[in-house]
Amino acid sequence: MKEGREVAIATVVETWGSAPRPTGAHLVIDGEGNFEGSVSGGCVEGAVIADAMDVLHSGEPKMLEFGVADETAWQVGLSCGGKIRVYVERVG
Amino acid sequence: MDPASLKKLNAARRERRAAILLTEMETGRDRVILEADEVAGALGDLAATAFRSGKSGMHAVEGKKYFLNVHVPAPRIAAIGAVHITQALAAIAAIAGYEIRVIDPRTAFATPERFSGVDLAAEWPQDELAKRPLDAFTALVAVTHDPKIDDFPIIEALKTNCFYVGALGSRKTHAKRVERLKAEGVSETELARIHAPIGLDIAASNPMEIAVAIIGEIIQAYRTRPVQGSVASGARERREA
Repeated sequence: MKEGREVAIATVVETWGSAPRPTGAHLVIDGEGNFEGSVSGGCVEGAVIADAMDVLHSGEPKMLEFGVADETAWQVGLSCGGKIRVYVERVG
Repeated sequence: MDPASLKKLNAARRERRAAILLTEMETGRDRVILEADEVAGALGDLAATAFRSGKSGMHAVEGKKYFLNVHVPAPRIAAIGAVHITQALAAIAAIAGYEIRVIDPRTAFATPERFSGVDLAAEWPQDELAKRPLDAFTALVAVTHDPKIDDFPIIEALKTNCFYVGALGSRKTHAKRVERLKAEGVSETELARIHAPIGLDIAASNPMEIAVAIIGEIIQAYRTRPVQGSVASGARERREA
């Protein structure tokens, strides 16, 4: 941020079943798509980063949900069978 | 997220203070609660419970949804005495996820050969703890048997509210220690916080087994530490316990 980069933070806010990362886990994303941390151990990071780009543009936070019960889960899902909710927000 | 919240949170993490980032989900507004902060009402109770458990989560309070992201400093162990037990404890502590440092002014004991890869200070506890103080998220393990070395850090650990204070020695040795510490002005309730004989009672009979008993007792103390809605109320509960 000191370098003038736009930054979004994604946080695991709820988990059901066997989730790969605990509640509170973070993924930090900048405007170029560089990221650090993890919210799922690799399963859904791609989707979260894509949504983070929207959040950086709009400034509006988003709540994302991933899990086996979800339609999209067949594309970007959690192999462990759990379900997670990820809150994505812009810093500042 | 408010950059001011991020700054405050990062400062708390640097200073090894427990902090909660509280986000109101509907508005996205957030603020940082420190363990010493007084927070009134149901939200305060929620924060206190979260500080103890260290667990983050979503909660509903008075019709509003909040996410509490709890940041509790990583627990550490300061071991006084570079003895055989400490060699085993250093290995087990690393496995259990506790950062350990070993302090012993006796250079014959505190050698890098005996403690390869371990944070080791061949100094008097007085000097080492002045440089790198104890805190509420540190466990103090005193195992030299030598009052000249052990007594000061034990008193210091009680003063700085270490979540665990353990001292090696038989009941008889500990009774003498209690007399000495009393003479130094340590109160009865503070003395009651010292775990002595050290370690869970698993009939441990060699240094390795004693190390297991000690780490077990440290984990138990850490996971059951008093609720600290504020530092003051935490201290109060401890006194009442």
